Amino acid sequence: MDYFIQIVTDLLPGLDGLPVWLVIPSIMFMFGALIFTGISIYSLIILWFERKIAAHMQDRLGPMEVGGWHGWLQTVADAVKLLLKEDIIPAVADRKLFKLAPYIVFLAAFSVFAVLPFSDKIVGSELNIGIFYILAVSSIGVVGILMAGWASNNKWALFGSMRSVAQLVSYEIPIGLSILVVVMSVGSLSMRDIVMAQDGGIFNWMIWQNAPFNFIAFLILFIAGTAETNRVPFDIPEAESELVAGFHVEYSGMRFSIFFLAEYANMLAVGIIASTLFLGGWQGITGASSAPGIGLIWMLLKGFLIVLVMIWFRWTLPRLRVDQLMYVCWKVLVPISFINMVGAGIWIGLSS
Amino acid sequence: MLWDLGSVLMFMVTSLVIIGITLLIAKLFRRDNPTEEKLTSYECGEDPVGNPWVQFNIRFYVVALIFLIFEVEIVFLYPWATVFKEMGFFTFVEMMIFVGILLVGYAYVWVKGDLNWVLPKPKYTADFDYSNVPRFKKPDAEKARKLQAVE
Repeated sequence: MDYFIQIVTDLLPGLDGLPVWLVIPSIMFMFGALIFTGISIYSLIILWFERKIAAHMQDRLGPMEVGGWHGWLQTVADAVKLLLKEDIIPAVADRKLFKLAPYIVFLAAFSVFAVLPFSDKIVGSELNIGIFYILAVSSIGVVGILMAGWASNNKWALFGSMRSVAQLVSYEIPIGLSILVVVMSVGSLSMRDIVMAQDGGIFNWMIWQNAPFNFIAFLILFIAGTAETNRVPFDIPEAESELVAGFHVEYSGMRFSIFFLAEYANMLAVGIIASTLFLGGWQGITGASSAPGIGLIWMLLKGFLIVLVMIWFRWTLPRLRVDQLMYVCWKVLVPISFINMVGAGIWIGLSS
Repeated sequence: MLWDLGSVLMFMVTSLVIIGITLLIAKLFRRDNPTEEKLTSYECGEDPVGNPWVQFNIRFYVVALIFLIFEVEIVFLYPWATVFKEMGFFTFVEMMIFVGILLVGYAYVWVKGDLNWVLPKPKYTADFDYSNVPRFKKPDAEKARKLQAVE
């Protein structure tokens, strides 16, 4: 944040004289716009990438025509198409809630990025309760999904949203408990402190500490994070074959694409959170670098790596049934993460 | 600290504003030609039947309740986790008692079968066969004949 103020005041010298209550919000607005642009570009790239990966895994070619080289403009063309599509709100829908729902879903996905440390200096706001804020804010999305399903006045949308809410709500508990293990071993809720505690090369990363408890916590966080983003194999709320598309059946055009953007933003957020907590954040394999650009590259590399593994999941594993979904959460992940937390507590207590 | 929270709030407002602008741009470009058939709810190409706001499974409610208890527990665990290293063994035992009470409830819910998405069939229903329960065994035939003879 201070880094941004410095850059912007260097670019616009007139900003120095303005009062602080005007400067900080306007700089935060610029930062938000920057992040939004970044997320849009990232989702265009990752969508094309996902289609290509999927195609090659299934021995197909995928998009090949648009833009010449391997159809690299395909997703841009799709985005333009979505922009021009007619916006249909069903006659029986609850119009106010129907229009409000995409805002809330996107708000929940987007506001997580305010505290994610992209590098040593590139961070929106250095909250001292960063990870706690992420946990709290990401649950707002549940309200938006329920709103979308209810307002559509459609059976599939309602069932899809109910399932989605049950799933999101359930998988939040393993996530909370596995993040707790990291907080216990660092002793701070600030994202900066958590990254700083992993200073000095790959073997100091959180994933290797308190063996084996942190490693199990990482696996739980990863599995539950896949479920939180409604990805395969946990995508029963959006199962095409039985629920057509879940809670966003009735959405079309730009409103639909906002849901889509929120899903991909969530994937990136899970990737970056997991790499901040367990994979050393902005620090490279050999240790931290002083230049902010290198930290950003490391962070995005780790985030993309986790997103790629999620895409790999999608085209490898079959979908779970809704009762199996609940079984995995309540009878497998929750007990394991509780035992893991207690074990980590004993380990840290004995070793310190 | 106050400015940190304020900038987070500004970040949230930014997201809402940007989505609003995006939808506004889309509104300028797209065509708008609603017909009666377009505006019906989607139901696999058929005309919609009945009210979509149907009754749904009570399991969702139970899951929400259990979630609430666990989530409140986790909220209490976080402040403890930040000071856990300095405070040492005593706080650990204290928190284990707290977690233990929750786990007793968790075990109860598990045994009662509330964590199963598909509930097992209740044991004692109207068509339950009481003759298999030893307490309710029918009097055997000889005893019944003796009773009849006495009468």
